Amino acid sequence: MMGRLLNTRTLPLLATVVVFVLIYAVCAAQYPAMLGLRVLGNLLTDNAFLGILAVGMTVVVVAGGIDLSVGAVMGLTTVALARLIEGAGLPPLAAFALVLAGGALFGAGIGAAIHVLKAPAFIVTLTAMFLARGCALLISTDSIPIHTAGYDALAGAGLALPGGGRLTLVAGIMLLTFIGGGILLHGTRFGARVFALGGNAHFAQLMGINTRSTTILVHAFCSLMAALAGIVFSLYTRSGYALTGTGVELDAIAAVVIGGTLLTGGVGGVAGSFIGVLIQGLILTWITFDGTLSSWWTKIAIGALLFVFIAVQRLILLASTRYGRSGAGPGAPTTPHPAASTPVARSSAPGAAAPSAP
Amino acid sequence: MPQTETPVVLAARGLTRQYPGVRALDGVDLTLRAGEIHALLGENGAGKSTLINLLTGAQRRDGGTIIVDGMEIDPDGPGGAVRAGIAAVYQEITLLPNLSVAQNLYLGREPTRWGLVHRAAMNRDAGALLRRFGLAIDASRPLSDFSTAVQQLIAIARAVDLSAKVLILDEPTASLDTAEVQALFTLLRTLRDQGLAIVFVTHFLDQVYALTDRITVLRNGRLVGERRTADLPRLELVSMMLGKAPTAESHLARRPATSAGTGAPLVRAEGLGRRRLVGAFDADLHAGAVLGAAGLLGSGRTETALLLFGVETADQGQLMVDGKPVTLRSPRDAIRLGFGFCPEDRKLDGIVAGLSIRENIVLALQAKRGWWRRLSSAQQHELADRYIKLLDIRTPDAEKPIQLLSGGNQQKALLARWLATDPRLLILDEPTRGIDVGAHAEIVRLLEDLRDRGMALYVISSEIEEVAAYSDRVLVMRDRAPVGLLEGDSITPAAIVNAIAAEHHTGGAA
Repeated sequence: MMGRLLNTRTLPLLATVVVFVLIYAVCAAQYPAMLGLRVLGNLLTDNAFLGILAVGMTVVVVAGGIDLSVGAVMGLTTVALARLIEGAGLPPLAAFALVLAGGALFGAGIGAAIHVLKAPAFIVTLTAMFLARGCALLISTDSIPIHTAGYDALAGAGLALPGGGRLTLVAGIMLLTFIGGGILLHGTRFGARVFALGGNAHFAQLMGINTRSTTILVHAFCSLMAALAGIVFSLYTRSGYALTGTGVELDAIAAVVIGGTLLTGGVGGVAGSFIGVLIQGLILTWITFDGTLSSWWTKIAIGALLFVFIAVQRLILLASTRYGRSGAGPGAPTTPHPAASTPVARSSAPGAAAPSAP
Repeated sequence: MPQTETPVVLAARGLTRQYPGVRALDGVDLTLRAGEIHALLGENGAGKSTLINLLTGAQRRDGGTIIVDGMEIDPDGPGGAVRAGIAAVYQEITLLPNLSVAQNLYLGREPTRWGLVHRAAMNRDAGALLRRFGLAIDASRPLSDFSTAVQQLIAIARAVDLSAKVLILDEPTASLDTAEVQALFTLLRTLRDQGLAIVFVTHFLDQVYALTDRITVLRNGRLVGERRTADLPRLELVSMMLGKAPTAESHLARRPATSAGTGAPLVRAEGLGRRRLVGAFDADLHAGAVLGAAGLLGSGRTETALLLFGVETADQGQLMVDGKPVTLRSPRDAIRLGFGFCPEDRKLDGIVAGLSIRENIVLALQAKRGWWRRLSSAQQHELADRYIKLLDIRTPDAEKPIQLLSGGNQQKALLARWLATDPRLLILDEPTRGIDVGAHAEIVRLLEDLRDRGMALYVISSEIEEVAAYSDRVLVMRDRAPVGLLEGDSITPAAIVNAIAAEHHTGGAA
């Protein structure tokens, strides 16, 4: 059934897939080398940190929130790792466990603040962003290289792909994160709670959902992913630097939106975000292949794409409310009164006037 | 009672809930029996919503007891109430349109396998559950694919599945059409016969008589009475709701009939109406006369005001002002013609809570002048002080935030807002609602004073005695259509109640 396949939830994702295929086709037509597994492997490795961030961001956005602190948390993680390993001499794995736990705690604090203060996630995570970036710069303003032998081994680990490419450890971690995030969001009771929270927090509460624990867990997960992205980035660069990841929270949000997750919450998924990340990576790769364009063109292309996607989502939403069900949506008034008598409220309460039979 | 009584499932005694300045619920009792549908009736502000909120744990009670199956309960949230066996379904569907039907039904208690939600089992269970409620639909589809009526049945299925003792339905039929109402009633009767206690809140009296076994009437936060539906004539029910015995003499003196309102009307509505909002009604509004509008909640009385003030646009009929046809597209048009409107819900639509009394008073005049012709600070203070004195608004000074005033004084400040624009027609919706009884008389005196100064007034009120006392004509509304126009000496509280209650076949229930 067409209606089943093309509803408000699947259409944006479908559009994303189409755009990805189109871009890939254009790239491949122009530079056949881009079809190879080597390029694909690099694409995954280069964007591993962004993908991991996007998984956490997807969960937050589906829950109806946003997290602007992930880039700063990632930066803090890299510099903290460098300090712990190079300064304190901790084995890398212990340092990883430490920063992951710290990240989760940091996120839980963000979630608790959002819930308790009833403050917009935007403001709370903006605060967290400054906090994390400030802490990172306090630890060190310089880039700290990580020389430990084990670290190089981890960073270099990977599977050889046919055609000369490699599936590195960090790329593998990213792929596993997406699979894990998908199961979490679409397969567990927790995931259902996240969708419920993003659909309508008040209704979710009326239906017995604990919105406090859900908000806290959602943000804890997102910051955990940011810390994991920090680990991956430090493996990728073998160093820690406080200004790492400046602005990548916005790249992650862009990937999530391009992937068809609605910023209003309640609709979306990690599969779309994965493609959103790949589209960004692909555009950058294409510009690299071209060699004459400034890499800042990526930003312009992403901006244009984002705009198109937001417009498409909006149009789909408008179309579905116009031709879709007529029903008492949220806020339909019991008795129409001036404040509620906007066209929206009117159209959402048809038949509010009981017809008088002769 | 000759009939055998079924066991009591829920007994609420002396429920009280205090809001700042208002006792929303004052010692109310409610008794629900297994296998009965119990209508909970009352006008706006009667305390129905508060009572439901106390039962469902949305609010905590300040006094009284709730006993379910012999155990006292004190629900502190929807979860607690559901565990005690009480669930509510509202007119506004409080399910999640972005989830599937099955997810909505089993949210928080999904069947799991290996720690993951067992989607197939969930969809299967949901389908089976819904079939018992007469719904043969694919539960894996998103809730938003279905009509309001189906969503409502899904909400009921969820509520009953969660807690099969007490089901509260708050205005469940308000957005359903006749056939859907019938389907809902069939289901409710089945559930009743299975032994569920059902609370049914509505403002369609026909539905009350078609469906319910027992009626509890609230008024101004107090219990008026509990009766068997079969033993309560419609006229008496309306009297209970409006707090007026239909035979008793009015204690408010009606002024002698005057010549007011016999000349050419200032504003005339001819067959004004809007599909699905209110049926065509006629109204003549004369300078120096009061047209009253009476009717129960949901009768369309407020909607007439919305059309007259351009909040809603009429799609039939004609509005004439000074004998010339006009079309109101927005309240701005109405304000330009010299209309003023004090809406029913002061908090929601009237006062701007955070602003001072002065700012609230000058608001309409400033809007009428246009924002570029700003009233000077001196002018604003002069206006505010004048009206505070004129209307006897009790406040230490004009800069006090309006939300700190009592209801009666807020109402006066709203009146002042419109009086400042020097309106020719003033529309008031429930001007005395939520005001101390003492302040009622003051507001009524104010209205009479305005009328005597030559203003045309259109006053909507559920205070039948007051309407009867000050109106030159009374428009009676029922089921969103006019059902009568009383004039002159025929205006008595009894006549108004009779007109409202008169048995007419309407589509609401049948």
